[in-house]
Amino acid sequence: MEITLNHYLVLSTILFAIGLVGVMRRKNLLMLFFATEILLNAVNISFVAISHYYGDLTGQMFAFFVIAIAASEVAVGLGLLVVWFKRTNNIDLDAMTSMRG
Amino acid sequence: MFEAIAFYLFAFLTIAMFSIAVLTSQALHAMTALAAGMIFISAFFFLLGADFIGVVQIIVYTGAVMALYAFGMMFFDTTRGVKEKNANSMIVFGLSGLAALMVVIIFVAPIVSENISAFYPVNEAVGNTQDVGMVLFTKYLVPFELAAVMLLVAMIAGIILAGKKMDHSLTQMSEEEIELMRESNKKAQL
Repeated sequence: MEITLNHYLVLSTILFAIGLVGVMRRKNLLMLFFATEILLNAVNISFVAISHYYGDLTGQMFAFFVIAIAASEVAVGLGLLVVWFKRTNNIDLDAMTSMRG
Repeated sequence: MFEAIAFYLFAFLTIAMFSIAVLTSQALHAMTALAAGMIFISAFFFLLGADFIGVVQIIVYTGAVMALYAFGMMFFDTTRGVKEKNANSMIVFGLSGLAALMVVIIFVAPIVSENISAFYPVNEAVGNTQDVGMVLFTKYLVPFELAAVMLLVAMIAGIILAGKKMDHSLTQMSEEEIELMRESNKKAQL
């Protein structure tokens, strides 16, 4: 039983689908952040798998930068979320419709 | 053989953990399941010979990002269950399945059709970490520095955003002072 690139791509797709379900299902903004982390991790797996099976380091570089971007996204996003929670006392998406569009 | 066993074991564990993180109604359960899933994902990186990314995954995701979430959750009311959207679940699951299928096609189509040659080939003579370092600091130096600046900007933004009104220490104030502060905050909002 040889594990091929397709195994990893299928796994990455399943994890990505789980993340998408989370994005569509969640109303709480903190939970939405969790779902985004799952999406980023799913993509990272496929980057590193392609890097391994093609003997190319570019995929690992991209995974590295994706991790850096995820870290800074969390820092800024959580800061904004803390400010929003201090002002309105909840972090639901539905409470943010202030424009009455 | 061991590779196959490890792959299927960690695939099952990762999928289970991320499903819990997505489907549970308790914020704390979701966070711990997500942290466990992150560690299981680093196992894939070790299986694929990308030791450096595996270690970075553990340190950055489980060490920094999840710790940040844990501290952030102290600000929020996490004890009550999370209410969810009451949208038609069939539509949601159908849409996510369709989106996932699109992703598969996007990823697989160029790989199957083309014969890709390595842009920066893996150097077998040195270890993975040394190899990553050499490519990162020669070919990807500018993106690396830009990422460093971006992290600095994110750090300052996080401090400024979350650090507002942190000069009032709630633990060192008496109950009356806290009540007074709450009242004045309410008046300021009105």
